[in-house]
Amino acid sequence: MLGRTANSLFWMFRYLERAENTARLLEAALRMALTRDLVTAEAEWRSVIATLGLQHAYEAAHEAYDGASVWNFVLRGPANPGNVRNMFGAVRSNARAARINISSDVWEAVNENWMKLDAMLARPVGQTSVGDVLGAIRRAGTQVHGAFDGSMLRDEGYHFSRAGTFIERADSTARILDMKYFLLLPSLSYVGSSLDTGQWEQVLRSVAGARVYSWLNAGQIEARGIVEFLVLDDRFPRSLAFCRNALRDNLAALARMHREEGRAVALMRDADTRISHLTVDQIFEAGLHEFLVDFLARNAAIAQAIAGDYRFHA
Amino acid sequence: MQGRGSNFDEMFDEAGNTRPAYAEYCKWYGEQPPEFLRRKNREADDAFRRTGITFNVYGEDAAEERLIPFDMVPRIITAAEWRKLSRGIEQRVRALNSFLYDLYHRQEIVRAGRLPERLLRGNDAWLANMVGFTPPGGIYTHIVGIDLVRTGPDEFFVLEDNARTPSGVSYMLENRETMMGMFPDLFSRVAVESVSNYPRRLARSLAACVPPAFTGGKPTVAVLTPGIFNSAYFEHAFLADQMGAELVEGSDLRVTDGRVQMRTTSGYKPIDVLYRRVDDEFLDPLTFNPDSVLGVPGIMDVYRSGGITIANAPGTGISDDKAIYSFMPEIVEFYTGERPLLPNVQTWRCADKDSLAYVLDNLADLVVKEVHGSGGYGMLIGPTSSRREIAAFREKLMAKPENYIAQPTLSLSTCPIYTAKGLAPRHLDLRPFVLVSPEGIDITPGGLTRVALKKGSLVVNSSQGGGTKDTWVLKD
Repeated sequence: MLGRTANSLFWMFRYLERAENTARLLEAALRMALTRDLVTAEAEWRSVIATLGLQHAYEAAHEAYDGASVWNFVLRGPANPGNVRNMFGAVRSNARAARINISSDVWEAVNENWMKLDAMLARPVGQTSVGDVLGAIRRAGTQVHGAFDGSMLRDEGYHFSRAGTFIERADSTARILDMKYFLLLPSLSYVGSSLDTGQWEQVLRSVAGARVYSWLNAGQIEARGIVEFLVLDDRFPRSLAFCRNALRDNLAALARMHREEGRAVALMRDADTRISHLTVDQIFEAGLHEFLVDFLARNAAIAQAIAGDYRFHA
Repeated sequence: MQGRGSNFDEMFDEAGNTRPAYAEYCKWYGEQPPEFLRRKNREADDAFRRTGITFNVYGEDAAEERLIPFDMVPRIITAAEWRKLSRGIEQRVRALNSFLYDLYHRQEIVRAGRLPERLLRGNDAWLANMVGFTPPGGIYTHIVGIDLVRTGPDEFFVLEDNARTPSGVSYMLENRETMMGMFPDLFSRVAVESVSNYPRRLARSLAACVPPAFTGGKPTVAVLTPGIFNSAYFEHAFLADQMGAELVEGSDLRVTDGRVQMRTTSGYKPIDVLYRRVDDEFLDPLTFNPDSVLGVPGIMDVYRSGGITIANAPGTGISDDKAIYSFMPEIVEFYTGERPLLPNVQTWRCADKDSLAYVLDNLADLVVKEVHGSGGYGMLIGPTSSRREIAAFREKLMAKPENYIAQPTLSLSTCPIYTAKGLAPRHLDLRPFVLVSPEGIDITPGGLTRVALKKGSLVVNSSQGGGTKDTWVLKD
């Protein structure tokens, strides 16, 4: 496979994942905002922008943090080049560039959803349609993954696509956790105190884990349990541990196919030995923020190493 | 359902009766409920959009992709007609390759006084560094598209030879797929020659043209595309996909160890045969346009030393020149010793004084084309142009007469298209696709039928709003 094509597949799935995660973040905020008074709702919307790292661009374009401004900015704002509409454009152009290495099913799922979303996001999104739009973005991801799972040859292209998915997903979960943790905990002494369970619920909703978490924990919403769930529970498909395991498998498969272990595998192993035996207590002791910052840096380094190992660029 | 006007209609004769080739189709058509046909017509559009079969439009928003409208009424050719056409096409393609070989070697045709040398000198499509070099297998044009028009029952003319980089074959294939998907019962009633193995035949034909450096095993074939913003990117991807070849861009390639190699996830791998869809001038910045990033620096050196086969060969475009076209009858006779089976359209070369005088006197009745133009750009269609347009074109023509040729406006045949109000006749042409390898000449039964969608229009180019039809060659 061409290095450029591997790069296209990797990024096609990173953008797809990013679009889906962004939609989940907005959905969670929307739900919280609807159950709150105006002032706190403003905090919800501010936190969405902060989680996405868009404060600067947003505040240059808008006076206040209200729902419609925020979701339009995130979904389609011209002042925000990383908007969801553009993300889908990037999914499609990467799919187009890798057209001969994806199945027709995957291509059609991408193309159809792109046509639909591009039309939906061509005009400002209002209060009554925002739910439909966010649902459509989530479903687009589901459909592409479904087509991918059911029709792709398990060759290296499959593993580059999956690697992109899990790198991006781990990045997203870690960012949400880090941001919310800061937002929710004024200081470390608050750990274990009775926190605003609604806000923690938003964290869980942002990663589509609210129901399953409640089910596992008999409805006990508390920081320690949530961190344990999102970082260490390798049964949950958006947890850091799950993403790590999946990525490790993909890298191992690529190394087998190329009969050579690259730098990415070494970095992965290094990262693994550091966290595989961690407990949630140890994480809190050393500092969750410090742990997440380290995780994000290692995640990014692995992504870079993959690009180098497999000649994504000339 | 009736053909109108004085043109030859493919489906109906002068009395309004269905021609034999269309008998079974028309019977089937008559049996379909109108609502069913309306629904299918809408579905076809959606199907093309969903599969992303689009072409990019230059000069507009870079991202704009458009569908080439598809008409669901097929154009049908009988087995006997096709046999005749095939013989003519084969003769012409054979002559084209001999002609190209001769031009880049001894130029016997010029020495014999049958072709003026001035057509070569100063011609942009002429590549001096191909002189004396013989491409692998002696083949210059591996993939050819011959544009044909019809004016009567037995009157087919060649309008243009596309020996450089003919496009449109993906539409031929997708049109058939779409038709079979929409009307499976139709194909059980009418025996139509298959076109679907074209990509396999293309792969085989290209693989038969390996360069001297080829070391055995399975030849590595790649399609070179300018990238996703090229108007024909969909076709490049489609062909590579169907052939099981890599789709490469210039940035994926580099020259090392005397070979052209592509950057794969496990290192650089040599390419044996490159089906390039990049024009000559962008192929090698070291040899041609130094600003181009589409090509591969040094590929021409590798080519000349036998390290790669380039299809079609650089320099082939000279035979697409419209002034050269006017000599095709002589060219066919010179190299085959036979009378041309397929006639040219009568052509006036404006470089000749007498011809120019005639053309200037008759602009309102003629089609005037730029010698190097393509895609329907830079031409004048006298009968449908305003007096101002004609006057403006006259200026250009007089300033540079050697840049132009002129042809009579033919009464092109029509074939009905499906419209909201039923069938309506529209002008069309036909581009059959031809593969050339040392193993022989292979013509796919059918081709791309392009059809004008506007009533009375003679312009069928997709860039000018034309559409396409599925093309059927009937089995005997």
